[in-house]
Amino acid sequence: MTDPVIELTEVGKSFGSNRVLRNISLTVGHGESFALIGSSGTGKSVAIKCILGLMRPDTGRISLFGRETGGRDAAMYDRIGMLFQEGALFDSMCVWHNVAFRLMRGERKLAPARAKEIAVRKLERVGLGAETADLYPSELSGGMKKRVGLARAIATDPELIFFDEPTTGLDPIRATMINDLIRGIVTESGATAVTITHDMGSVMKISNRAGLLHAGEIVWLGSSDTLKTESNPFIRQFVEGSSEGPISVAI
Amino acid sequence: MHRIVLSIRWVGRLTIRACAGVGRFTIFTAHAFSHVFRPPFYFRELLNAVLAIGYFSLPVVALTALFAGGALALQIYAGGSRFDAQATVPSVVAIGMVRELGPVLCGLMVAGRAASAIAAELATMKVTDQIDALTTLSTDPVKFLVTPRVVAAALVMPVLTGVGDILGIMGGYLVGVYRLGFNSAAYLQTTLQFLQRPDVTSGLAKAAVFGLIIALVGCYFGMNSGRGAKGVGRATTGAVAASSALIIASNYVLTEIFFPA
Ligand SMILES: Nc1ncnc2c1ncn2[C@@H]1O[C@H](COP(=O)(O)OP(=O)(O)O)[C@@H](O)[C@H]1O
Ligand SMILES: [Mg+2]
Repeated sequence: MTDPVIELTEVGKSFGSNRVLRNISLTVGHGESFALIGSSGTGKSVAIKCILGLMRPDTGRISLFGRETGGRDAAMYDRIGMLFQEGALFDSMCVWHNVAFRLMRGERKLAPARAKEIAVRKLERVGLGAETADLYPSELSGGMKKRVGLARAIATDPELIFFDEPTTGLDPIRATMINDLIRGIVTESGATAVTITHDMGSVMKISNRAGLLHAGEIVWLGSSDTLKTESNPFIRQFVEGSSEGPISVAI
Repeated sequence: MHRIVLSIRWVGRLTIRACAGVGRFTIFTAHAFSHVFRPPFYFRELLNAVLAIGYFSLPVVALTALFAGGALALQIYAGGSRFDAQATVPSVVAIGMVRELGPVLCGLMVAGRAASAIAAELATMKVTDQIDALTTLSTDPVKFLVTPRVVAAALVMPVLTGVGDILGIMGGYLVGVYRLGFNSAAYLQTTLQFLQRPDVTSGLAKAAVFGLIIALVGCYFGMNSGRGAKGVGRATTGAVAASSALIIASNYVLTEIFFPA
């Protein structure tokens, strides 16, 4: 494997008595597309927030781009794009302002006209017409919000992109479209990608390696291509969508 | 015995939690202030905050001050007549409004309107991950969201209070002239002669401090909101209660500082 972009060593995180992450060690190499699988509420979003420095893990170490993450480092974030689970669009700003947010600030500080031009191009890349640019997030459907979030995540062509449940809540057709989009974006940019999902179709389509999070630990790590034939009981249960197996789900 | 241990533990826990909260709020305040003079500046955010906190609070502040001034005139007249001091109405209304009622009423009204609105907005941003999104877009959320609101509130509150002072005195004047039979010109003349510069400036300085409290508390409760709609609701009510209490308490301290007995 090439030099790691993300490295987690024995990371643990609890909220009160709720031990969400117990002991996670994980490495994602440069140019890799990694999928983090797990049922709802297992701490996938928490894991990403810890990696991004948005939450502080209780134990363990995390490094990004070969440097241990400590304080919030604007230069580090400049190399990263993040699609939040619910989009997390700024609802006080119109769509193109959302997409161009980072373009108009910091060292780039592009003039609004130029920033809008790029924002519209990114919106087109994710399949949204220029007419959406002036809408506000409250005027968008769920699928459109995901796309705008996607456009915002890739606006500055980051080297490392996180996608938190990009297809959850979408119909199967739109889910496939988003999967294709993400695969296209990741392959054409050569960025390292981490996708959180519980949709096995997504995993096989957009990632080359995957890990399964269960009860605060990574219980399986392997190639996404062999998922279908994998004999690991956790993976079998996920692939088959069965209620019988090692993963017991409280209703 | 057991009960005593339990209650001591309870008091201890509460004390620790209170100290931790004060500490966190202090660090938060220092963080917000540290960005006041450090670029980049978010003028657009500042302007929006000035409009939201200041401009849209004008009607409610004006109405409150007008009626409070009127009521004050009636009370002072009634109270003063017990020892033949009805003539003090113009001067006591003026000093009461400018030193105390103007800033405090204005602070409480704006706390109700703006601290709640700020807390609700930021709490909603928090529970929908917008605050985390700001961070991942290389923007410090405190600098982007808190500092402009704090600066705006500190600038706008003295102006609102100035308007409130004038309208409060107007309220006293209207009641004095039309209900209590004061001579119009004499009423105004007494007011102007009696008021001294420190009366006015101390009130406006209080207002600036109240502005800081309103914005800081509103932002703090919003950014530390719990999860879900419940979290937003609790942040909002918490912000109003805490900022109102802090305004009343700090008003006493400021009065001691400005006018020691
Ligand atoms: N800020 C928080 N405070 C307390 N508990 C949290 C917080 N964020 C997440 N959790 C808890 O952590 C667990 C994992 O949440 P999450 O990472 O969002 O799950 P998912 O795998 O579906 O993304 C849940 O039990 C959730 O209640
Ligand atoms: Mg999640």
